[in-house]
Amino acid sequence: MKHQMRTWSLLVFALGTMMFLGACAKKLPPPPPPAAPTAQAPTASLAANPNTINAGESTTLTWQTTGASDVSIDGIGPVDGSGSRQVSPATSTTYHLIAKGAGGTQDATARVTVSAAPPPEQPAAENLTEQELFAKNVKDIYFAYDKSDIAPDQQSALQGDAQFLQQHASIHITVEGYCDERGSTEYNLALGTSRADAVKNGLVQAGVAGDRIKTYSYGKEKPFCTQSNESCWQQNRRGHMVYEK
Amino acid sequence: MSNAFQLGRRFIWAVALLLASATTVSAQDWIRTGTGLGVEKVRLAAADFKSSTQDPKNVDLLKTFNDTLTNDLDNAGIFDLVSKSFHPLQVPGQPSEVNSAAWNSPPPNASMLAFGNLGAAADKVTVQGWLYDLKNQASPQVLGKQYSDSATADAVRMIAHKFADEIIFRLGGGINGIAESKIYFVSDRSGHKEIWMMDYDGANQAQLTHLGSISLSPRISPDGSRLAFSSATKSGWEILMYSFDLNRMVAFPRFGGMNLSPSWSPDGKIAFSSSRNGYPNIFAIDGSGGNARRLTNDQGPDVSPTWNRKTGSQIAFVSGRTGLPQIYTMEADGTNVQRITDQGYAVSPNWSPNGQFLTFSWMRKYGPGEPGANDLYLMDVASKQWVQLTHDAGRNDFPCWSPDGRHIIFQSHRTGTDQIFTMLADGTNVKQLTFKGNNTQANWSWK
Repeated sequence: MKHQMRTWSLLVFALGTMMFLGACAKKLPPPPPPAAPTAQAPTASLAANPNTINAGESTTLTWQTTGASDVSIDGIGPVDGSGSRQVSPATSTTYHLIAKGAGGTQDATARVTVSAAPPPEQPAAENLTEQELFAKNVKDIYFAYDKSDIAPDQQSALQGDAQFLQQHASIHITVEGYCDERGSTEYNLALGTSRADAVKNGLVQAGVAGDRIKTYSYGKEKPFCTQSNESCWQQNRRGHMVYEK
Repeated sequence: MSNAFQLGRRFIWAVALLLASATTVSAQDWIRTGTGLGVEKVRLAAADFKSSTQDPKNVDLLKTFNDTLTNDLDNAGIFDLVSKSFHPLQVPGQPSEVNSAAWNSPPPNASMLAFGNLGAAADKVTVQGWLYDLKNQASPQVLGKQYSDSATADAVRMIAHKFADEIIFRLGGGINGIAESKIYFVSDRSGHKEIWMMDYDGANQAQLTHLGSISLSPRISPDGSRLAFSSATKSGWEILMYSFDLNRMVAFPRFGGMNLSPSWSPDGKIAFSSSRNGYPNIFAIDGSGGNARRLTNDQGPDVSPTWNRKTGSQIAFVSGRTGLPQIYTMEADGTNVQRITDQGYAVSPNWSPNGQFLTFSWMRKYGPGEPGANDLYLMDVASKQWVQLTHDAGRNDFPCWSPDGRHIIFQSHRTGTDQIFTMLADGTNVKQLTFKGNNTQANWSWK
């Protein structure tokens, strides 16, 4: 409504100006573009450098936001609008920043991949919990665009996961299906369901009991990274293995 | 009466005509379209209403009323609305003040005139409104209405909507106006994707759910009493239900697996996508959630069903069974499945109230090196002829018809965030309704 009136008064003004100048233009100027939002939407970016570390090492998270009054990072809590911080996650972690402002909410994520610790002084495998072993050994399965079948280059990861789960029969898991940002919300949730089911079926075929595996789909709702390029999209097209004890 | 009836049909014919002309030029992406093809719109002047009492509240109330009425009549898409700069200086507040000659000759050159008065007294407001046929000197009055309500901006806005809908009903061929209709949508402005609602013109935006999860795909029931949507619960995506009789969430059966994209039939059944038996397939349930039956049985994924809103006898849906998602139709019992898009990436179908058209989002030329864009299309279901409604304006998705079949609401990323827009069903008269946060998946009430 307000926009309607503004457009209207601009048109009247434009018409008046034309008449005042005595211009003989035959056409009205095109209507002005839609009024800008009253408050600027916040922007946010979050990066980890380096984004791959060995267990026990630390990395630096750096973030910038604009137009936000309330900035927080999951697992860290409220933070300044811009800044950096040293973190040393024990397992691969996706840091999720939420910037809230008068103009809305913007989020950004950064993934820190934690590799197995450097050659340990003494094999500590016996001391690791099942959850730590799971994080160390079980790999996510990645998919081609719009596909929900397990590609040949993902078979070894899937077989490795199946082998681990057979050796650790008490572990239950949830396979979460994810998609890249392209395409429709509803179709991507269904596609994510198909991806999670494809991973589950692959594990069952390799001998893992089906009742140990739940599935869930997040479609394109919870991306691992938020850039619009193929390397990021590939990160987001996955069946993500979650330890459920 | 038959004249009025024909006028209403003309819009449908205009769309049908432009579809027919589209086949001959289907190699082009841009097609000259217009609701006015071969139809002369009624030239209507809406005079600013005048004050009928001395109450100081009248100034603000009149502004709200006049803005709302003008906007509603402009949105209707069936009028050639006279610019207010052409209005005569003497504006009538009641029938005795109407100077037909001044309105009926150039520059206003109006054939119809809406006018009236508004007056607050204590905490009440009274509005009198008339519609005059200026070419009928003998008995010009088409409409005369009086409304009383509390003297608030909200009440005055609702009176303006009601008066606009009366005018649109009389001059629009007996099709009810949409000024009192509602829009349901998803917004993340609270930090989570929750279900919101607003008036059809973007006013009164209000949050309905506070679940703190991810809630999507709101769909209002035909009688407007219940809202179905899909939400991420601990065990999976489930269909949840909000009651407008009780103004709160009400219990609804859980199905297990991922349950997505509910859609109401005209007689109150619900179709949705469910992976409860394995692959995501289309299921139907009664409005109570009982009597679940499977309609598709393939690897899918099948999602986003929409019922033929006139007959309830067919369902269109999206399936990835052959690769990229395409749109299919089937009978409501799952038989006679037909694919109706032949290429690209086609999603989010929505069936028109008259049962004749589907609107959907289509990346028609998807593929490496192709200039693909998510644009909105309109397809005649019987002939499968289509026209493109949006051009060169970001990613557009989730189109939904207005109750009168003259408008389409949709989401677009053209401003850099996802926002909700309306347009006429020929793609013209685009208006942005939301500005804060990201707003998606708009669903228009049935009346």
